[in-house]
Amino acid sequence: MTVDTGPQMIASLEEMLAIIEPALGETLIEKRIAYGELTIVVPAPQIVRVLTFLRDEPGLLFKELVDLCGVDWPEREQRFDVVYHLLSLHHNHRLRVKVRTDEYTPVPSVVSVYPTAGWFEREAWDMYGILFADHPDLRRLLSDYGFDGHPLRKDFPLTGYVELRYDEEQKRVVYEPVKLRQDFRTFDFLSPWEGSGMLPGDEKAQG
Amino acid sequence: MAETEIKTFSVNFGPQHPAAHGVLRLVLEMDGEIVERADPHIGLLHRGTEKLIEYRPYLQNIPYFDRLDYCSMLCQEHSFVLAVEKLLGVEVPIRARYIRVLFCEITRILNHLLNITTMALDIGAMTPLLWGFEQREKLMEFYEAVSGARMHANYFRFGGVAKDMPAGLEERILAWCDQFERFMADIETLLNENRIFKQRTVDIGVVSAEDALAWGFSGPMLRASGVAWDLRKAQPYEIYDRLDFDIPIGKHGDCYDRYLVRMQEMRESVKIIRQCIEQMPEGPVRTPNHKVTPPPRAEMKRSMEALIHHFKLFTEGIHVPEGEVYVATENPKGEFAVYLVSDGTNKPYRCKIRSPAYVHLQALEMMGKGHQLADVVAIIGALDVVFGEVDR
Repeated sequence: MTVDTGPQMIASLEEMLAIIEPALGETLIEKRIAYGELTIVVPAPQIVRVLTFLRDEPGLLFKELVDLCGVDWPEREQRFDVVYHLLSLHHNHRLRVKVRTDEYTPVPSVVSVYPTAGWFEREAWDMYGILFADHPDLRRLLSDYGFDGHPLRKDFPLTGYVELRYDEEQKRVVYEPVKLRQDFRTFDFLSPWEGSGMLPGDEKAQG
Repeated sequence: MAETEIKTFSVNFGPQHPAAHGVLRLVLEMDGEIVERADPHIGLLHRGTEKLIEYRPYLQNIPYFDRLDYCSMLCQEHSFVLAVEKLLGVEVPIRARYIRVLFCEITRILNHLLNITTMALDIGAMTPLLWGFEQREKLMEFYEAVSGARMHANYFRFGGVAKDMPAGLEERILAWCDQFERFMADIETLLNENRIFKQRTVDIGVVSAEDALAWGFSGPMLRASGVAWDLRKAQPYEIYDRLDFDIPIGKHGDCYDRYLVRMQEMRESVKIIRQCIEQMPEGPVRTPNHKVTPPPRAEMKRSMEALIHHFKLFTEGIHVPEGEVYVATENPKGEFAVYLVSDGTNKPYRCKIRSPAYVHLQALEMMGKGHQLADVVAIIGALDVVFGEVDR
């Protein structure tokens, strides 16, 4: 890997942080530099303001939103991260902005700041069920017409709930509950010496 | 009747349409011949790659990246492999880096050949397709020589590549490079000053530099709009900083400029291929760290430790340290990136694939508004969309 994570890169990230930090003030919940990448966490209601600032501040000029996606952490109270990846062509910088939300609280849509967020937010809604307020057209994007559920959530099974086939008698595609010829197999390959979980049979020794 | 009601009607374009480049369903609202609204319905090829990746050990995920955009296979593996290597912190031997760049550039030519020729086919020129696919076939033989597969190579590994190149491949690639210029000249005679081709592409789907940035464009689409931005130059990865090549840019941001940019990029890729072969040193192609790459077979017969490493690698897989990285590479279509979140186990916690064509396709409405239906076909052709990666 030749991506520069050396002192020079870190210095430029800290320079960038020196512009961001005073301007955001209280809004900046968390900041982290790891693997030569800068991550900041901001409160969800502030995201439009923060991204507008990052886009227009002459020292930053993050004109491009390259990616927006959700990440699911079901054990957390605010289970979703919405991750924005920004790119500044002008200063040749990247920045990751994160907000946290749960299943019911909408995140303000950033379509007004970056028109390209439209599909990304639709995808995050489709895949995770993250709500976006003021999105002009928050329909499902990738899943089937009439699909139910949010497939990338950690509690959604890999095999899904329905399968479809063409029914010769009805002359149309029908949906049926998934029937697996054999159980879906997950193997726990994690080393028992390094893993933290209990080995099968251990519960007897303790009980 | 004093008032006449103007009615727009909607046209369903695709999902089964030869000019839709796969399974694009486009709902167009038309006012006569003029497109008023274009609503792409994607997801007909959605296979849940991101979900599948979360259930597989790292090594088993590399083949999924071949199958995203099935025209630029190795470039996508490259992003994923680089992302995992960044988390692992392994050093890649220099020869492996050259081989990777060499094959990324071969892939770029493969992709551009497909795109240019099918775009020409969409707007009425058949010959480029026939000639272009002959060249593609020759390039796929190089794929086959190193990996055994013509398309879905599964060749890159964490810490290197699967195998060294077979003897004599360099000469074959160089011989191919020598005849390629003549092919390029032939295609240019067919298309560059072709009246029909120019009528169908010049001033069609014009995107200004500001719009291109706001809509998240990258790769040839962005460069055709006059923005000199290429990750290979701006944020050099692998050994691109040692190579000498130019970044062609367009002026007008229309479909014709996109075609010209791609043509020129192929020439630059040939330049890179020649330099790679010239500079490529001898040496190992995989990192000697056997926590990441399997030990050689002969060593396994003698060394207990090598046997254990081999066993652990192919049952448990690689443990990737906790963290998150975003690694972008310059794919033929634009910025292809992998946002990888690892929780320290042998499977990715989250792997978001940022595909360039997805972003470009979104801007179709912006580009197609006010154009005629037939122009939408030209725009889709110049967008260079492949649905394997749009739908993921």
